[in-house]
Amino acid sequence: MTDLALLGAFASHAFLEALSEQHRMRLASGVNPFRAAPGEYLAREGEPAQAFYLIQSGHVGIGTHLGKGGTAPIQTLGPGDVVGWSWLLPPYQWQFDARAIDSVQGLVFDAAWLRDQCEQDHELGYHLLKQLLTVVSGRLAACRIQQLDIYK
Amino acid sequence: MTANLQVHEQCSSPTLPAVVHIRDRRSEAPGVFTLAVEPPSAGWTFRPGQFNMLYVFGVGEAAISLSGDPADRGTIIHTIRNVGSVTGALDRLRVGDALGVRGPFGSSWPLDEARGHDVVMVAGGIGLPPLRPVIYHLLRHRSDFGRIVLLYGARTPADVLYGDELDQWRQRADFQIQVTVDHGSPSWRGPVGLVTELFPRCGFEPSRTVGLMCGPEVMMRFTIREFLKRRVTEDRLFLSLERNMQCAVGFCGHCQFGPNFVCMDGPVFRYDRIRSFFNVREA
Repeated sequence: MTDLALLGAFASHAFLEALSEQHRMRLASGVNPFRAAPGEYLAREGEPAQAFYLIQSGHVGIGTHLGKGGTAPIQTLGPGDVVGWSWLLPPYQWQFDARAIDSVQGLVFDAAWLRDQCEQDHELGYHLLKQLLTVVSGRLAACRIQQLDIYK
Repeated sequence: MTANLQVHEQCSSPTLPAVVHIRDRRSEAPGVFTLAVEPPSAGWTFRPGQFNMLYVFGVGEAAISLSGDPADRGTIIHTIRNVGSVTGALDRLRVGDALGVRGPFGSSWPLDEARGHDVVMVAGGIGLPPLRPVIYHLLRHRSDFGRIVLLYGARTPADVLYGDELDQWRQRADFQIQVTVDHGSPSWRGPVGLVTELFPRCGFEPSRTVGLMCGPEVMMRFTIREFLKRRVTEDRLFLSLERNMQCAVGFCGHCQFGPNFVCMDGPVFRYDRIRSFFNVREA
């Protein structure tokens, strides 16, 4: 997909669908395409969370390292998903690794820019937070069910 | 034809087990094994979704779903998880050993109603075996159906059932398969997460979709929400329930579920017909 096509697909990303045209326009002014090769890290646990990713294609594995035990995969994200909310909350450090499983394409926001937009326009910030909370809520519910070990 | 009439036609009595022998046995995953047994009578058939009562002499009976190809008249296939005394005894049986079989019992998946529709199957853990006969049927009559999707969740990569068959089916361009595990391993390359999280990754047309679900009830509750969120209507959602089936002919009442007996009215139910009981605690 070309950069232009990626940006063209911006408005149709599931995360942004619920935002108003006005807010999408505002966000579009700060978005950039990104690509990650298989194995490339989008986020590393403990490092500064400087970006917010919207995945358009490919898959990203969320995980944590186990020292000598390698990395424990926790969740797999795919097209329509977003990567990360650590950029929104102090101390703005990634809590988990996020690594491309295959070739990943999508859109990325600079975290500081995005936080600044939310501070300047609280309505945008409110709607963005609501969208992010929907994501967090879905993942929390899924994690809770996983924790039940229902297939045991 | 009702399930009981079907049993009467194939067995001398629905409460009398036929003695059959094990032809083959294979291990599928830790604690899960498949038995291939001879049919109790010539021309014995079943419909996808139905179950047999398997009797280990001197131990007891257990309701086990049929998980083989319904077109294969020569062998009956059961994939079983060792979770109790009867299934433990079944696990200890070997090729050539005898066991008792009664069946087939119960309702079946709505394959006639699904004709012309997209079919989305969602299975969790040991919920895949009751759906495998559906897969065989759909693939055998592929042109009768729209898109076919299987979303399957397992506990760990080692617990994924029928791995070789899943790999074979994945080669087909006309069958979407997504397998996820709750707990991944460093070598697992597939998705990690709840089976419901696979929904956004598969393509189907909600207005012409039939959803079939089998797995733990908590999984099916969340799966139903995903279907409804995508506007698949309740009358096109079907689920297979498991209860304490003992007589399998509606006499004993152990498997009562609201006004239904799971052994006779189920195990496959249309969601809108049991919704009020499905969401009741301890129903």
